[in-house]
Amino acid sequence: MNLEKVIFGFFILLAATLNFGFVLGDIENPVHHHVYELFAAIVVNLVATVLKFGDRTQIGAIHLATSLVAVLQLACAAIVWAWAVHVSGVGMNAEVTSSVVSLSAGALFANVVSVLILIGETLMLRR
Amino acid sequence: MPSVVFLVFRRMRAPLILLIAIYAIAVLGFSLIPGVDAAGRATAPMSFFHAFYFVSYTATTIGFGEIPATFGDAQRMWTTVTIYLAVVGWSFLVFTLLGLAQDRAFQHAIATGRFERQVRRMSEPFYLLCGCGETGAHLLRALDQLRIRCVVVDISPERIEELDLEDLTGDVPAIAGDARSPQLLERAGLTHRMCRGALALTNDDGANLAVAATARLLNADLPVIARAQAPKTAANMTSFDTRHVINPFEKFADYVRLAMREPSCYHLLDWLLALPGTRLRTERTPPRGDWVICGHGRFGSAVRARLAAEGVPTRIVDPDPAVDPGPDVITGVGTEASVLESAGVRHAEGLVAGTDDDITNLAIAVTAREINPEVFLALRQNQAANRRLFQGVEPDLLMVASEIIAHECFALLTAPLLGRFLRVVHGQRDAWARELIAALQKNVGEHAPDLWSVRMDRANAPALVQRLTEAKQRTTLADLMRDPLDRERTLACLPLLMVRADGAEVVLPDPGEELRAMHAVLFASTQAARSRIEFTLRNLNELEYVCTGEDRRGGWLGKWLAGLARRGAARTRAKIPG
Repeated sequence: MNLEKVIFGFFILLAATLNFGFVLGDIENPVHHHVYELFAAIVVNLVATVLKFGDRTQIGAIHLATSLVAVLQLACAAIVWAWAVHVSGVGMNAEVTSSVVSLSAGALFANVVSVLILIGETLMLRR
Repeated sequence: MPSVVFLVFRRMRAPLILLIAIYAIAVLGFSLIPGVDAAGRATAPMSFFHAFYFVSYTATTIGFGEIPATFGDAQRMWTTVTIYLAVVGWSFLVFTLLGLAQDRAFQHAIATGRFERQVRRMSEPFYLLCGCGETGAHLLRALDQLRIRCVVVDISPERIEELDLEDLTGDVPAIAGDARSPQLLERAGLTHRMCRGALALTNDDGANLAVAATARLLNADLPVIARAQAPKTAANMTSFDTRHVINPFEKFADYVRLAMREPSCYHLLDWLLALPGTRLRTERTPPRGDWVICGHGRFGSAVRARLAAEGVPTRIVDPDPAVDPGPDVITGVGTEASVLESAGVRHAEGLVAGTDDDITNLAIAVTAREINPEVFLALRQNQAANRRLFQGVEPDLLMVASEIIAHECFALLTAPLLGRFLRVVHGQRDAWARELIAALQKNVGEHAPDLWSVRMDRANAPALVQRLTEAKQRTTLADLMRDPLDRERTLACLPLLMVRADGAEVVLPDPGEELRAMHAVLFASTQAARSRIEFTLRNLNELEYVCTGEDRRGGWLGKWLAGLARRGAARTRAKIPG
């Protein structure tokens, strides 16, 4: 067992699960989507992205790309949220909530791809 | 370049993750800790947006103050923690970056990346120079003067660093590495479309052989010039189709023999191979009496074989002679007067000091001169730095391996036909060489001429090819040698060799010789004459003028200017008597 591999797998899975937890629920109901979950998802996704830095292989490159997509989507979701609450002042109505959730659902898709690559990579290692 | 980016990313992982964690903790803290309003009542904590905004400017120590509302004490406490955490995080990042910049592997990756880019972007013809020691540096300087580009590979990083300090006009991409590595040679442009040749000039025969072999296998058409000290290496190189194999010892021994048989041929060779601007040197002719050879290594044995072929008796002085002992072999070091005496230096006519140690050679020379001031001295100089010492002894013949190789390479690179001409000179008689020297001095000047060859093809002589193939007009060598400013004048040049399209050689072609497409001509000329001839070969109007006297330069302004130049030239000619 390799501690580095454990940490790597841990963060990638955690990024996906946190993301999933945030997306889960009624898409228009702000009560089902807590801001702390989005915060945790963003932080863990950032860490997962940095962990993928510096791998020169083809798989490493795709890994990094999926993480960058997820971070971008989550950041957009956070910006939409902050804009609605602080700038335009409309608050978390059904429209804003659904757009935040759908953006993070996109990030979830990227995270799932990342997890699939991780699993595939592991299965290819016949050791 | 990509390898550098990856290296940076990999090293930055830890500090970046630390920084993300610190930011996350700080933001989270502010989103949980309640604030206090003016009346002292607890208010809701900051939203994530405000928390992130506050941490962003506090962690980078910009410090706008307490925004959006005045903080409560709990918030201030957390701010203090945030500041210290953030300073630690950022410092870690900066120190990691600084450490990376000093990292040997990182610097090497940057240097390699830069070198590869430089070589890839080479848009002019260049030579790949493997080994930049005394020989390589000497050659590099000479080529640089002619604006010929080089790419340098040398095993010693110090020598590559020294190249930066050299006062070279061109940009010379250089890399430290083992020339035996095919990957390195490929990176250095062995298979680059602009690479015109590879020069293997390291002082390691094995490395030179490896370069020759790699070049043959990766880029079969590339001409290779290689240095070989051992006959076995030379034979190996020839089997790899190496274009020119230079063995400095054999070369020098050949010179000694030539100088003995046909002194003028030797003087001519020496002059032609010297760097541009050198005057003709007429040294003493080596005598045919007894010779003493001190140091019977690769050098001594090469000289001895040539002298024996000339029927000159030799005696060897060596501390550890590799030949059978006999009356001709004296065991000992030539620096001792008694040893030289017993070798018969007092009555000998020639002496070779050819050990691989400069101080020993100098000592032998000085001792021998004391015993016999008239003796002909052939000295071997190993280190270029000892030049002054050797000049002080005033030897009759001085062999500097690095110079012999560098001059030979220089001549071969700048004039591909020169190799053939030199072989012709080796087989000629004394009188022929004397005549040629006189002709060169009369036509070109006292200084060593610029030797260059040109093939009459579309790339090098478009105007001439057009005139020959389309207009089908007769053009002779004499036409080319006319001055494009005033065709009555002949340029300071002399054609040495003409090679016809079928490979037939014409040595010292007559000026009336007719030119055909794909003929190649080796010229000896001044630099000015060279540029004029090259101009004529490329410009149809100029060619028309030198051949027929008809001026076809386009436009009235061009004609007027040409007329001015011609009148000016005529006036200066009138002023000079004769």
